[in-house]
Formats: sequence, structure tokens, C-alpha cells
Amino acid sequence: MSMTITEKILAAHAQKEKVSPGELINVRIDLALGNDITAPLAIQEFEKIGMSGVFDPERVVLVPDHFVPNKDIKSAEQAKMLREFASRQKLTNYFEAGRMGIEHCLLPEEGLVGPGDVVIGADSHTCTYGALGAFSTGVGSTDLAAAMASGEIWLKVPESIKLIYNGDLPRWVSGKDLILLAIGDLGVDGAAYQALEFTGPVINRLSMDSRFTAANMAIEAGAKNGIFPPDEITNEYVEGRSKRPYTFYSSDPDARYKGTREYDVSGMEPLVAFPHLPEKVHPVSQAGHIKIDQVVIGSCTNGRLEDLRLAAGLIRGKKVHPEVRLIVIPGTQKIYLQSLREGLIEDFVEAGAVFSTPTCGPCLGGHMGILAKGERCLATTNRNFVGRMGDRESEVYLCNPAVAAASAIAGYIVGPKEVIK
Amino acid sequence: MKFQGKAWRFGDDIDTDAIIPARYLNTSDPAELALHCMEDADPQFSSKVSKGDIIVAGKNFGSGSSREHAPLAIKTSGVSCVIASSFARIFYRNAFNIGLLILESPDAAVNIRQGDLVEVDTDQGVIKNLTSSKDYKFIPVPPFMQQIIAAGGLINYLKLRKEH
Repeated sequence: MSMTITEKILAAHAQKEKVSPGELINVRIDLALGNDITAPLAIQEFEKIGMSGVFDPERVVLVPDHFVPNKDIKSAEQAKMLREFASRQKLTNYFEAGRMGIEHCLLPEEGLVGPGDVVIGADSHTCTYGALGAFSTGVGSTDLAAAMASGEIWLKVPESIKLIYNGDLPRWVSGKDLILLAIGDLGVDGAAYQALEFTGPVINRLSMDSRFTAANMAIEAGAKNGIFPPDEITNEYVEGRSKRPYTFYSSDPDARYKGTREYDVSGMEPLVAFPHLPEKVHPVSQAGHIKIDQVVIGSCTNGRLEDLRLAAGLIRGKKVHPEVRLIVIPGTQKIYLQSLREGLIEDFVEAGAVFSTPTCGPCLGGHMGILAKGERCLATTNRNFVGRMGDRESEVYLCNPAVAAASAIAGYIVGPKEVIK
Repeated sequence: MKFQGKAWRFGDDIDTDAIIPARYLNTSDPAELALHCMEDADPQFSSKVSKGDIIVAGKNFGSGSSREHAPLAIKTSGVSCVIASSFARIFYRNAFNIGLLILESPDAAVNIRQGDLVEVDTDQGVIKNLTSSKDYKFIPVPPFMQQIIAAGGLINYLKLRKEH
């Protein structure tokens, strides 16, 4: 009867004693999420079904974050669809510009997702909430429409891959590097259709923000979900914050895994993923002299307070390289405000950086930092595909916030050690 | 279901940003999306493709974002089906949900050449390369999933079932 944490959560939501990998099950969802790109299609499909209302107005969350504040008339029309649907359906969790955030930074912060939940979202990075010990996965607009109507979704129970991180996390190495290490090892489809379970002594000590970062990019290895066993660090985060009761699940000691990968991170360097796949990782010291035109610090991957503190700490008292544009984007309004109170915004602005309102913006080539032909960007975002941030002949390199900040000062890709010495 | 089409070849890991770049996602109008289908993999694709043509690609087709605009752009551009070695998970669900037929066949994906004339028989589970006279098998699409495709997607399929 042994099960992994993923299997236990799915079994509980399918009203079953036990589920096994490969089994097709219908599960009750705790939350359904859409944004200003995916929700318009979902709303259209929802209305075709002919249901009068969503399954629960407190459990359908709409966050306009990709093109917001609206970049043009068309995106304004899309955001308007969300606003009007939210009003018509009396949704309690619709987040307007000025009160919003990037969805995957916002939902945990607001206590809308918690340990043991099943969450589906029409956004591939919905896997972020696995950091809290939830089962959370991305779907398309039609699946979201059906889930908004029924409060359920059918899923295939995934096999699990266990990642074990041993050793001591060196300075300047964070959650981003742990997940890039796994993606580099597994490849961009190495965990396709599977669950990635993060374990080991390094994980047990890992901060909540770094856990969000690592779970966020499970999809970049093709995974269905990424998951962290909830512990004291999780408890500290969700206590007093979570709006619903939550349950801590853990994998049985004899749970079955499709595979196990073990990494020793002692002595590890920050990693950089080269164009045009997140699996193309290299230690930062071996990157060579790669000149950059733009640096982006932010996104649902690395737009949290820990990330901005790290970056600001390196930037403080220094100047962004004259040939580099540094764009810093906090994940939510609360992160924005806290950055203001801690003086981080001043550090960035004094250094010559842009400090933006929360938005997905440049990460997906939406707005707020699009690249011209031949331009190169180093970003703390999650994808470096062809044309991801602009022209199809532009390039994106991925890294952690410390490497991003250090490189913005140097003008080329470099580790933080090179800047503080 | 049986149909023929000309093959357009693409490589491995064709992501949804290549299929429909986010710069066009300020609309969900299928006709407008189709004008930019596969643009970052082949900028001229939408002007070259003809109704009934078939996309043939390597592993992990449709990786990346959850945008349903990707299969929608492919379907509306006139492509009859996508044959690949493997598909990314979210794209797989989305394709059936919006009524785009996709077939997993590593053999066909490796051997079909650009411009080959290809016939697909979904009932028999056979892809025939009429240019090279070679056959490739795929696991037949179950009848209910073929009905989803025929109805034009999951929501239309559910509505049809409700009406009958």
C-alpha cells in the first residue's frame, strides 16, 4: 500500500484508498487558475457548455498578469473579458492591476494554495505550488473551462522520479541552480509525464522562495508536477496565511519510483542555461566572455523577496554597465512594497536599473523589455527558446538572481565572486 | 478516418513559442493566430502550407507553455494532423481538446521526408508514405477520441453527446 506524496494527494482527491502510476482517475480540484492569455479562451469554452455558474466562485482564480498593465488595445480587450467574467460570476479572487502579482508568486502569498491541495491552472508554471507539498499542474484553456464548470479533472497518475540533493549549498547557489542541475541532467523531456520529487539534506534546509523557484521549473524537464515534502519551513510559511485547511502528506519509505537521481552540491557553482534550451547548462565560470545587452531579474521563477534582496545586495553602491539595461520586476505588490521599505528599489534605481510594476512582461516576450534582432539577454526567467523574449534572432541565457546582478555590473556573464572581490 | 497530405518536417523540441510566439497572444482569434503558425521555426510556413498538409516532427513536440493557441493555430492553418516521435504533455491534451489530430510514431517521424505525400488511416493505425511506399504503425486512436476530433473538440463533443 506504499505510495509517493503525489500518489497520496491524488488518491485523497479521487476518494480512493490507493492509486498507482498509469491509472486514469477523476479528481476533485481545490483551485482552478487562469490568466489574461489563457482565460479568454477558457471563458469562451465555458460559455459554450451552457452552465450558469462556476463550481465555486471562491475557487476559480483569475489573474491578469502577462500583458498587464495592458500593453495594447487587444490585450486590454482580453483583460476586460476576465474582469467582466469575474464580476458576472462573483469571483472572490480576481486580482486587478495595482493589487495583483505574477500568478505563481501571488497565489501562495495570498494563502490561496496550501499543502495537500490539487490545483490546476491554465499556465504551464502552475507546477510552482508543489513547493508547498501540493499536487499542482498546468493545463490548457479547454481543460480549465471544464474544471471551472465541474470542479473536477481527469488525470493520469504520474510515475515519480526522486531527486536527492546531498552536501552543503555553496554561497551564491540557490533554488534556480538546483533545478537547472536536474534539467541539465534529465533533459527537457527527461521527466515527461512524470512527477519530480525534491528530497535530501539540501532540500530540508532550502528556503521557501528557493523551493518555489525549483518547483516552478519542473515543467522545463517535461514534468507533470514537481513536489517538495512539506516540513517546518513549509509550516512557517503557511501558518496564519492559508485561507483553507491543509494537509501535510509525505512519501512512504518504501514508495516506488521510476528512477532516482542523486546530486552532491558541495563545491557546485551557479549555472547558466545557454540558448535555446534550459537543458544546456554550464557552470558560470566556464561561460566564456559573453557580452550582454539586457538583464532581467523577476518572473514567476525568480521575482520573490529573497531574489531581489540577493540582487540588490550585489548592486548596492555599484553601477549597471553602461551598455546594459537592467530590468527588475517584483513578483507581487507586497514584494514591491517590501522592496521599497527595505531600500532595495533605491539600490536598483541608484545603480541605473529599471524597476517595474509586477508583470510577466519580458519573460514571454510580451512587453517591458523586448529584444531586437541580435540582442542578448541574461534573465532569471524560465525559458530561453528561440524568439522567447523578442526577435527570433535574439538570445536568452538563464541564471539565478546573483549571477544576473553581477553580470549587469560587469557587462558580460560572470559569477558574483568576480564582482565583489 | 482516412486522408492524405504533404509533409512539412521540423526538428526536436519544437516548443509552443515557436508554434505561436507570445507576441501574437493578445488575441485568441484562430484565423489571426493561423497567420503566424510555426513562425519562429519557419517564418514563411503560414504562406506555404496548404489545406490537408501534415506536420512531421521529432521528440517533445509542443513543449513549453500551456497555450491552447498553439494547436489552435496549427489546426486553423489547415494542417490535418501532426506526426511526431513524442509530444509534450500539456500540448497532447490541448490538441485533442480543440480537435487537432496528433499521432505518435517515432518510425514515421524519422523516415518521412520534407514534401513526401503521406496517407493516414486512423482506424487501422497506419501511416503510409506514398512517396517512398513505406508503412508505419501507430497505436490506433480510440473511437471516443476520434469522435472528439470529428466534433471539433471536447466541448463540442460533450454538447453533441448531451443533445443525443
